[in-house]
Amino acid sequence: MQGLLAWVPLLPLIGFLILVAIPLFHRSEPPQKFVACIGVGSVGLAALLTMIVAFTLFWKTPSELVNISLWQWMLVDNLQVGFNFHIDWLTIVMLLIITGVGFLIHLYSVGYMRDDMDFRRYFAYLNLFVCAMLILVLADNLVLLYLGWEGVGLCSYLLIGFWYKEPANGTAAQKAFIVTRIGDTAMAIGLFLLFYEFSTLNIQQLISVIDGQEVNTEIITLACLLLLGGAVGKSAQLPLQTWLPDAMAGPTPVSALIHAATMVTAGVYLIARMHPLYMLSEVAMNAVAFVGATTLLISGFSAIAQSDIKRVLAYSTISQIGYMFLALGVGAWSGAIFHLMTHAFFKALLFLSAGSVILSLHHEQNIFSMGGLYRKIPLTFICFTIGCACLAALPFTSGFYSKDHILLSAWEYHQGVNILWLAGILGALVTGVYSFRLLFLVFLGKEGTASTHCKDANTPVMSIPLCILAALALFGGLLAPPLQAVFGVRPDEDHSAWIEGVAIAMPLIGLAIAWRLFLHEQKSGEQRSPLMQFWFSGWGFDWLYGHLLVRPFKYLSQINHNDIIDSLYKGTAAVSRQMNALLSASQNGQVRWYLTSFAVGSILFLALLVAL
Amino acid sequence: MPIETAPGLEAGIMLSSILFCLGLAGLMMRRNVIFMLMCVEICTNAAALMFVVAGAHWGNVDGQVMFVFVVTLAAAEVAIALALVLQFYHRKHTVDIDQLNELRG
Amino acid sequence: MTLLAIIIILFTGGIIAWLSERYFKAGGRWISLITLLLTAMLLTNYFTFIHSTGVGTAEPWWDSLQISWIPRFGIDFHLAIDGLSFLMLALTLAMGIFGVLMTWNDISFRRGFFYFNYLWTLAGVVGVFTAIDLFLFFFFWEVMLIPMLFLIAVWGYEQRIYAAIKFFIFTQASSLLMLIAIVGLVYIHYTNTGQLTFNYNALLNARLPPGIAYWLMLGFFVAFIVKLPALPFHTWLPDAHTQAPTAGSILLAAILLKTGAYGLLRFNLPLFPESSIEFAPVAMTIGAISIIYGAMLAFAQRDMKRLVAYSSVSHMGFVLLGLYALDTIAIQGAVMQMIAHGLSTAALFALVGALQHRLHTRDMQQLGGLWGRLPKLSAIALFFAVASLGLPGLGNFVAEFTVLVGSFRTNHWMTALAAIGLIGAALYALLMMQKVFFGKLNKRLEKPIREHEATDLNIRESCALLTLAALLVFIGLHPQPIFNIAEQTVQRSTTKIEAVLNIQKFSPEKISSQTHPTRLEHTSIEDTTP
Repeated sequence: MQGLLAWVPLLPLIGFLILVAIPLFHRSEPPQKFVACIGVGSVGLAALLTMIVAFTLFWKTPSELVNISLWQWMLVDNLQVGFNFHIDWLTIVMLLIITGVGFLIHLYSVGYMRDDMDFRRYFAYLNLFVCAMLILVLADNLVLLYLGWEGVGLCSYLLIGFWYKEPANGTAAQKAFIVTRIGDTAMAIGLFLLFYEFSTLNIQQLISVIDGQEVNTEIITLACLLLLGGAVGKSAQLPLQTWLPDAMAGPTPVSALIHAATMVTAGVYLIARMHPLYMLSEVAMNAVAFVGATTLLISGFSAIAQSDIKRVLAYSTISQIGYMFLALGVGAWSGAIFHLMTHAFFKALLFLSAGSVILSLHHEQNIFSMGGLYRKIPLTFICFTIGCACLAALPFTSGFYSKDHILLSAWEYHQGVNILWLAGILGALVTGVYSFRLLFLVFLGKEGTASTHCKDANTPVMSIPLCILAALALFGGLLAPPLQAVFGVRPDEDHSAWIEGVAIAMPLIGLAIAWRLFLHEQKSGEQRSPLMQFWFSGWGFDWLYGHLLVRPFKYLSQINHNDIIDSLYKGTAAVSRQMNALLSASQNGQVRWYLTSFAVGSILFLALLVAL
Repeated sequence: MPIETAPGLEAGIMLSSILFCLGLAGLMMRRNVIFMLMCVEICTNAAALMFVVAGAHWGNVDGQVMFVFVVTLAAAEVAIALALVLQFYHRKHTVDIDQLNELRG
Repeated sequence: MTLLAIIIILFTGGIIAWLSERYFKAGGRWISLITLLLTAMLLTNYFTFIHSTGVGTAEPWWDSLQISWIPRFGIDFHLAIDGLSFLMLALTLAMGIFGVLMTWNDISFRRGFFYFNYLWTLAGVVGVFTAIDLFLFFFFWEVMLIPMLFLIAVWGYEQRIYAAIKFFIFTQASSLLMLIAIVGLVYIHYTNTGQLTFNYNALLNARLPPGIAYWLMLGFFVAFIVKLPALPFHTWLPDAHTQAPTAGSILLAAILLKTGAYGLLRFNLPLFPESSIEFAPVAMTIGAISIIYGAMLAFAQRDMKRLVAYSSVSHMGFVLLGLYALDTIAIQGAVMQMIAHGLSTAALFALVGALQHRLHTRDMQQLGGLWGRLPKLSAIALFFAVASLGLPGLGNFVAEFTVLVGSFRTNHWMTALAAIGLIGAALYALLMMQKVFFGKLNKRLEKPIREHEATDLNIRESCALLTLAALLVFIGLHPQPIFNIAEQTVQRSTTKIEAVLNIQKFSPEKISSQTHPTRLEHTSIEDTTP
């Protein structure tokens, strides 16, 4: 039964290959229906397969979860890397999210991309992405995980730059790939270090090795920090978060799938997967927690100042992943994965609704020219409201359960009031503010300039995924994933009611603030106070990196573009040319000059002989 | 067998040296190719004289044999050189050697 | 005999191609293709050996041929093949065929002479990869040089003479050093044993005084890293690559550079194990710096071909790093990198050549937005650009990963430095994609595209490139056959080196502080955190 799971990544891959190979056999573009069948069907089948396997496994004991060995990938000396899948509940939860949400977004894309010339290319990339993402979560060793890791990075690059004619999209795509590559390189060095110390890169073996022997904590810390580097890059956390807001240049369903629901949470998955390693290192755990806490605040505040609907959502994604990192840092592994799941639901919902808004407004993304849309696109409005409620973690939505779990864990971890918990609580407030600000500005209030020619663009293929996601976002909180087998059971503690109270109150206060400040805000998006400007620019990180790294590098490579080492050889050549000019001056073609120099030379030579 | 230096030898060496130097100086100074050829003749003949003097001194016929060779050589040389000079004159309408400097670097 | 047959067929094929030009103009390419296919078929004779010889077999060579040549100096015509040679020969012939196919219509004048030079270069390279008599090796080393020189000087682009002379001087000067080293090695062996021989197998056992061995090793080393090329001897490469005709660039990138790497692995490491160990940290540093420096320069280029050329410098840095890590994994990775780089870079050069042929420019400022017009070409270029930035699942990743994993065991800092090259690779590869294929269609291109009716890749080109792509995917996902084939050769180098290392371990006063692989110093590890 579990063997079937090997087909799960294979199906999207086959879809990708078919879509890519079409031009080899067919001169014209195939009809959209065919492409959609292949693209959506392959992922749909994968989702179906995953669900069947998950349901059958649900009734069995966790010990029956197995490895699937496909083939030996590399076997050199003691480096042994297999193309093997490891399946436990963490994997299955991830598989369900990726294939399930992925399928819905694929379906939605059929409607969203209906007018695009490059329909086939879009679905090819999307299928490849799903395949790579599935390999990432299925991998039983870090090298295979790295394969998926880089693969999703590539697809993200391709899809951000999907509309390649606009140079800005290309720049954003490059930025995304290179910034994450910086993290990936750190991660690669982490792999080298792990292999150097433990002679294996198989995750399960690694964990058992660590369990079995006395290990050097400093090495573990270093390895964890290096892996964290990779996670931080991929999950857009501080200090490598700058690529994600720009990544919104891609088509909106891509933002939903890659830059909200699945790929950006890969860092969370990585750390959760390697949690036995992290548990050995206090420093690494704290680093993870603080990265999460700082990121969630910084990007939360940035979200308040944005004027582009997708950028608000992008910053909120960074912020929510910050929550997941916070959870990881305080050891709430299943809390992090739970939030990952609910976040996938509601953020995909939000992005898809935003996509509907954008499409209905003919690709207008500025929220200050929207407003009063609730009458014109009611379904989108309802879905968006549900999404915002979940994002802000209003009680009884899915976001509430998972975020509450995280906040309580942060409370427990330090036994009382502590900075991490405070950051989380403040973040909850900020989340409330920016999510309802977005809702109010887009759907309520006065009609903006763009709202007047709004035309509902939802077709059934778009509405159905929206409804399903809305349902999942509302009730997903009841689907707490069964991860005890992976992460162990934590004892439940009783918390005083006021902690819960604070957690519930914060989003509501945020809602009130947003109501007060933004419901009737004048459309004055262009003039910002200095603080707002600072937040708008994402706390100036782009500026900082631009001046600190990008410009010096460009300058250095530019002044050296003729290769300074070559001038050494060119110099040698120039010197010999000079010598040549000097000597050839004596070669003047005058016979008498030659004769004279011959005579003088012989006399000198003879004189020398005599003298000696 | 130790040889005593006869006075004739020294005088012969002196004479041929002076002749040779004259020829060489002429070669270096004259620009007319004909004169240069004549100077070459002087040089070769100076050398030939040296052979004869030395041969006479050592009581050996080799010196005279060499003289015959030198004369033959000079004849051959003049024949070729004059032909070259003729060609040179044909092309450049001059016998100035300094005009013949196409092989400069 | 097969080896001799391959070489002879290539040589005669070249002559026939030259002569045939008189009778029909397009004969050269057909004759080259047939010649190469014939030799490739001959090479398949060795398929049986792939599985039959395991590690530890006494006889290291699959096949050898020894004919006395100049007996007075102990020089033989001695060819032999083992796993490494086999891989290199396969790469050589495959890339030779690829080059002919990709430049089917490129050459417009003196075609016969072109294919003569083309085949003679290949013959020389085949000789280099199989000769195990040092004199013969040197002979072939020179043979491959001259026809290559003609390829650049006659059919090259605007600055071809400059590039050709530069190429010639660099390689010639360095091979002179090698000649001196060869003679020195043979002479010392002669004084020790009284036996005058250029035979590789015999010289393996030469006992060399350490000081002299170091200098001899340097002679070989310089000759090989000039070919590789590594810093600071790389500057001939961008010029030669840029100016060479497309087929010449393919030969240079895919094959000629590999002769340097091959030489290091075949000669330097086994002949001078002690000196190599002593020299390893320096060589690794050169490798790491080449990786980064090459990537940086590639990023700064405007000329697309120069960009790819500098990326070669960067990639071959991994080979140097891997070989001198003196670690089985790393050396295996280096061999893999030789193959993967050969495939990916040859394809990139072919693509640049295809663009130049269609649009008459390589300047990236004048290109842009080609995706809309030439979708197939762009998609394939994307594939190879991504391969060259080391995407997992493709051959280059396997190579770079194994090199780095292996060399991390020997030298942490240099490996960490080299790993930064991975970022550099992303920088230049994506820059190229962005400037050439994405963005709006450059206005300057509209005219040439309309007038010359620049067409997308035709079937012949597509098939050739897709075959390469498939090969890269194959060795990226299932590199084990190549590891297995190369294993025996690599083992022979490493066992010699390990033996020396063990001896040094037991006599601690001899250990120079650099050579011994050091464990991580726990006090300063925090610094590697990015």
